[in-house]
Amino acid sequence: MKNIIVVGNGMVGYKFCEKFVAQSGNESFKVTVFGEEPRPAYDRVHLSEFFENQDAKALEMAPAEWYAENGIELITGERVSDIHRETKTITTIKNREFSYDYLVLATGSSAFVPPIKGVEKDGVFVYRTIEDLEGMLAYADKVKKTNPNAKAAVLGGGLLGLEAGKAAMDMGLEPHIVEFASKLMPRQLDSRSSQVLQLKLESIGLNIHLSKATNQILGDDAITGMEFGEDDVLDCDMLIISAGIRPRDELGKTCGLEMGVRGGIVVDNRMKTSDDSIYAIGEIALYNQMIYGLVAPGYDMAGVAVDQILGKAESLMPDAIDMSTKLKLIGVDVASFGEPFMPASKGHSIIFENKTQHLYKRINVSLDGKSLLGGILVGDATDYSMLHQIYLNGMKIPEDPAQLILPAGDGGGAFGDVMDLPDEAQICSCESVSKGQICGAIESGAATDVAGVVSCTKAGTGCGGCKPMVADLTNATLKSLGIEVKAGVCEHFELDRQDLYKIIQVKGYSTFNEVLDNHGTGGHGCELCKPLVASLLGSINADTANKEYAIQDSNDRFLANIQRNGTYSVVPRVPGGEITPDKLIALGQIAKKYDLYTKVTGGVRIDLFGATLNQLPLIWKELISHGFESGHAYGKSLRTVKTCVGSTWCRYGMDESVSFGIELENRYRGIRAPHKIKGGVSGCIRECAEARGKDFGLIAVEGGWNLYFGGNGGATPRHAELFAEQIDNETVIKYIDRYLMFYMRTAKPLQRTAAWQDRLEGGIDYLREVIIDDKLGIAADLDEEMQTLVNKFECEWTQAVNNPEMMKRFNHFVNSEEDDDNLVFVPLREQKMPEQWN
Amino acid sequence: MEEILGKYKSTALKDVTVWFKAATIKDFPKDGGACVKYKDKQIAVFNYARTKTWYACQNLCPHKIEMVLSRGMIGDDKGVPKVACPLHKKTFSLESGENLNGDLEAIATYPVKIEAENVYIGFSE
Ligand SMILES: Cc1cc2nc3c(=O)[nH]c(=O)nc-3n(C[C@H](O)[C@H](O)[C@H](O)COP(=O)(O)OP(=O)(O)OC[C@H]3O[C@@H](n4cnc5c(N)ncnc54)[C@H](O)[C@@H]3O)c2cc1C
Ligand code: SF4
Ligand code: SF4
Ligand code: FES
Repeated sequence: MKNIIVVGNGMVGYKFCEKFVAQSGNESFKVTVFGEEPRPAYDRVHLSEFFENQDAKALEMAPAEWYAENGIELITGERVSDIHRETKTITTIKNREFSYDYLVLATGSSAFVPPIKGVEKDGVFVYRTIEDLEGMLAYADKVKKTNPNAKAAVLGGGLLGLEAGKAAMDMGLEPHIVEFASKLMPRQLDSRSSQVLQLKLESIGLNIHLSKATNQILGDDAITGMEFGEDDVLDCDMLIISAGIRPRDELGKTCGLEMGVRGGIVVDNRMKTSDDSIYAIGEIALYNQMIYGLVAPGYDMAGVAVDQILGKAESLMPDAIDMSTKLKLIGVDVASFGEPFMPASKGHSIIFENKTQHLYKRINVSLDGKSLLGGILVGDATDYSMLHQIYLNGMKIPEDPAQLILPAGDGGGAFGDVMDLPDEAQICSCESVSKGQICGAIESGAATDVAGVVSCTKAGTGCGGCKPMVADLTNATLKSLGIEVKAGVCEHFELDRQDLYKIIQVKGYSTFNEVLDNHGTGGHGCELCKPLVASLLGSINADTANKEYAIQDSNDRFLANIQRNGTYSVVPRVPGGEITPDKLIALGQIAKKYDLYTKVTGGVRIDLFGATLNQLPLIWKELISHGFESGHAYGKSLRTVKTCVGSTWCRYGMDESVSFGIELENRYRGIRAPHKIKGGVSGCIRECAEARGKDFGLIAVEGGWNLYFGGNGGATPRHAELFAEQIDNETVIKYIDRYLMFYMRTAKPLQRTAAWQDRLEGGIDYLREVIIDDKLGIAADLDEEMQTLVNKFECEWTQAVNNPEMMKRFNHFVNSEEDDDNLVFVPLREQKMPEQWN
Repeated sequence: MEEILGKYKSTALKDVTVWFKAATIKDFPKDGGACVKYKDKQIAVFNYARTKTWYACQNLCPHKIEMVLSRGMIGDDKGVPKVACPLHKKTFSLESGENLNGDLEAIATYPVKIEAENVYIGFSE
């Protein structure tokens, strides 16, 4: 029996174990792993997810039991302190001694802390381990208590620094990025793309300070700021240092292994150090005079070391290592691959830039124009996987390479098909899974869907960046085998929303069970198909959510928005935002009586929070008696039509925006759609109502209204597109009727108009053909369907409070009149809020 | 927090010592649920009317410790009856209590029996 000792139980040390137990010939070895950290190896790449749920277990590469089950002895919380090469033994911090035949160093790196005066102060952190994050969270909580506007600075504007900046923002601190270089991500981006990235990051709230050399960190015991020059100071309450990494090579140094001049343990292409029995892998290994700060090369190194120890001499580390990266910041796409910078003597660059949309794409092409050498994508990295593959596999590119990055429609979008990739193309670089393996898993019948492919090949379980491509390959392979890819809504229906719409309409169904029994695959339904069918029954039959309340989504079921402690908020309709003083007083009095937290919403109405289930009908009875009705704030239906005051009062107004807004809001209220719908009406081109950010928007101009469709705020903001100009009120209504009805008939579940319109072939021009020219011959049907819905409108709260049977559901208990006794509220300014989640 | 979670322990049919009469069948929505008060506990009871089967579990969602599961939507996951929490749609098996779309701890489940149109929940204390 030979002993292998692995020093370091990080991502790469773990990968060594995983690859080792999977190989044949491992029976004659005993593996012992030492880790300094208190827990088994975890996924450092997704460390930032710890901020979301503080669930360290979820990040584990494998649970502690896994090591035991595979015959590996794992010793955590014990650092190896010395290597004695002569006796082939190591000692640990607890003075225990172990002997080895092979030693594998996988000690990784630590965060580099530059020698700045004051770095030892409280509130200065690095971003590397779970303990670092726990420390940051506790500290952030503390400073937020004394200063709700606390600021956090991040030293370093590289890949990791930006991730830390986002984390600071998510912790509720005002984030500031401080970078020494004159641009962000200096190693991966050229200056123009860096500027585009900066604009984008600033637009989501990150403050960026470039060309700043930090002289010292200010504060007595705890940090209060950073000083750059004499009068150049940034106040901050916390600092996260992210200025690069330093290999943890102290063991190598003391036992005399060959080291790099700037640190790191020198290895050859067998991962061997200058001592034949000692290997080094991961961020500690200096290979080709480089430390590779990414997991994928580390995993490859682990594989080579395993093979070498098991006697597979032919397994070697390749010379060239791919350093392409994609930033995983939520909301910002950034990627660079191959050779991002390219001197003109080596190739041509093609650059596409649109600063207003924060978009930059650059590709570098060989001088003969035949191959792709590298590139940079900022703002939209959807094409990253494909471009990366073209680069890695040296695939042929179009004669006009610009087509690779031009937006589809501008002569662009000339992408190769995923199936054109060679079989050996590496799709998942973290787990080294090739296209051939993915397609093979389906062809052999081992997997029948994406989840199956992921579980049998491990593709997509690393950084996850390849998942879209794994899905594309899976679907394309299924299709090539003649297997229809199910577009069904869930396991209970193989039909999609559009099919179900037609079926319900034609067959005239009125309950979920009818639809499930006749067209489902059996079972009871679930949280995907029930609300969908509920919404369709609403769209087609004008059924309110009272009719079959048990199939409604959380909010519709109780006609109110469920809030984070299980209480509800109440929003009566205030059409167009116009409200009389008397009604405003009534709202205030009701809010006061039931002690409701009160706030004006973004949709210009008033939201009353903190109502218990039992209180909901009592509150609504009072609201209704004062002339209010449901605002459908809980439904996938029309929310508000926001208006400016228009020609009624405004000196610039061209038309009565309020009157028209009220008319439109009352026309479409209560109608159930695939997703929520918002409208806006502005009295002139100054656009005070922000109508172009709405699903339908109107702007009064000389000679009528300009009508816009498909705008969206929310997670993917988009301006509405101009649909028709200078039209009168009647024509506006006709077009909106048809637009909404067509959307309700054809959109996917939970698809907003913006996304729907984007994906319609032919876009807005096609919509004009359908709505104005009646190309499909359905205009009369759309008109009639919409008019029926308008005529059948009924306020569902009025319906509910007048019907004792419907009222029964608003009791917290079936067997008691009591209210939920677990609710805890705490004071907030002069109102209240639910106790914080911890 | 831990304390309130600790109150709920799955009860197997063979361990039932008390059958608590909660309400009548008519008090529960078809293919939906409602909440029953038993001593200081809140129990979610679900009526699978399509197959005339009943399930009960704690009303407390272990995700954010809120008393909401009875207001969740029910259905099945490949035949396993489940409830989806109305707050963040974590789903739980109503048979084993296991979290089907994550790794939260399992919720406690309780036996239900129907006699003469009345709904009884089984407890061991
Ligand atoms: C926030 C963050 C985001 C990242 N994002 C990405 C990304 O998107 N893509 C990417 O490719 N890479 C990313 N990385 C880098 C990636 O995490 C590292 O490349 C990878 O973790 C290196 O693995 P390793 O095993 O070599 O080192 P580590 O994971 O650092 O593991 C080394 C372990 O050895 C232990 N150790 C050290 N000395 C001793 C000793 N003497 N005795 C016992 N134990 C010891 C350490 O405590 C540590 O647990 C990110 C890193 C961070 C911090
Ligand atoms: S959009 Fe025009 S009409 Fe309306 S408030 Fe603004 S300036 Fe006045
Ligand atoms: S943006 Fe919307 S979903 Fe997010 S916290 Fe605010 S109200 Fe909630
Ligand atoms: S509280 Fe139940 S899923 Fe979040």
